[in-house]
Amino acid sequence: MELLAFGKTGWGDELFIATLMTIAVSLTAMIIGFLFALIFTPLKLSKNKFYNLIGNSYTTVIRGVPELLVIYLFFFGGSGAVMYVASIFGYNEYIEINAFITGSFAIGIISGAYSTEVFRGAILSIDKGQFEASKVLGLNKYIYFFKVIMPQMLRLALPNISNVWQITLKDTSLISVTGLVEIMRQSYIAAGSTRDPLFFYSFAAVLYLLLTYLSMKFLNSLEKKYSRGF
Amino acid sequence: MDFELMINSFPKLLNATLVTLKLLSASLFFGLFVGLFFAILRISKNKFLNTFSYGFSYVFRGTPLLVQIFIIYFGLGQIEYLRSTMLWTVLKEPYWCAIIAFSLNTGAYTSEILRSAFQTIKRGYTEAGKSLGLKYSTIFYKIHIPIAIKQSLPAYGNEIILMLKGTSLASTVTLLDLTGVAKYIISTTFKPIEVFIVAGGIYLFITFLVHNFIKYLEKKFSYQ
Repeated sequence: MELLAFGKTGWGDELFIATLMTIAVSLTAMIIGFLFALIFTPLKLSKNKFYNLIGNSYTTVIRGVPELLVIYLFFFGGSGAVMYVASIFGYNEYIEINAFITGSFAIGIISGAYSTEVFRGAILSIDKGQFEASKVLGLNKYIYFFKVIMPQMLRLALPNISNVWQITLKDTSLISVTGLVEIMRQSYIAAGSTRDPLFFYSFAAVLYLLLTYLSMKFLNSLEKKYSRGF
Repeated sequence: MDFELMINSFPKLLNATLVTLKLLSASLFFGLFVGLFFAILRISKNKFLNTFSYGFSYVFRGTPLLVQIFIIYFGLGQIEYLRSTMLWTVLKEPYWCAIIAFSLNTGAYTSEILRSAFQTIKRGYTEAGKSLGLKYSTIFYKIHIPIAIKQSLPAYGNEIILMLKGTSLASTVTLLDLTGVAKYIISTTFKPIEVFIVAGGIYLFITFLVHNFIKYLEKKFSYQ
């Protein structure tokens, strides 16, 4: 137990900060994922064949390729890509992107592919009558989307969004290969310096279980709240 | 774009694909037994067995696969007792550690898939079997299992693809699978995009094959 003490003698405070880091990366990745979903869901639903192709290739490629490979792509290619874009604007210095940004971006793109599928399914399952009713009422496009479709879509998507959250949370453990100090990386460091991998990795497992348990509780209560009256 | 690198790395990556496929097939094979075992415990009426099975699948589904591999590969070696048993010959090999972790992980998901398949079997089928005077084991093997297979095929197809992606974590315990070799080539040539396209293409191709195979099976098992 003294291994978990706070302060200089134990790993308690380090692991606590690492847990906060895991939460921060997961939330950032989830938000980036939503932004991607916001772009790609309309593309997938559009009647234009070309837009469709773009939307479908995004979800197919990302969901068919291992997360680790995507992370390596960003880890090794991220700063190169940014430097290339910067060089177009005449900036030729070396740019290093920190592990947090690369990591949450990589996980965000993965989580976005899953969110896109969820949102697409939710929109497709909204009753056709809703579209017709808002047309009859003469609502303009924005009111129709934000006041009619959005609220219903979110309610339908919520159970699956909590699945995406679980996947995203667990995927963040893979960013440890890039050196970002989250739960997995901190456990790796602690296991290395104390030669007690069994304890620290098991403790990491407990931390992840705790995170998934608590977030499921929260999301389930949200689900209950938003499905009132249905 | 460095096309020469893409062509040169292709045979190396294809070789590594064999390792990936071996890991995948071994994990799915053992995972199916693990899954079936825990699914049967889960539908049993015994409270203790039931909770045990639920706990197993909750823990393995609620923690990242990476943690599970690390516990088995780095953690279990720490137990002195294990080092003296026959098990150690298996556990000191990263290859087998990866397979054990993958099998348990996919077993947890498979048990959930099979459980829900068993639970959706209509009571009428069991009753029909009973009224025909079939033994319980005959009802289970000849009625429940075929229906459960059909019910769980789409979800199991997804699980195969998830597991294919999961095998990439074998590269974290020194195995040179497709992702491991891809990472090695990337870190020696610093050409991530080219290698990603080739390695990702191979993964997508396998996904495509699995997807179509499952579709074919679904057709075969549909009795309408």
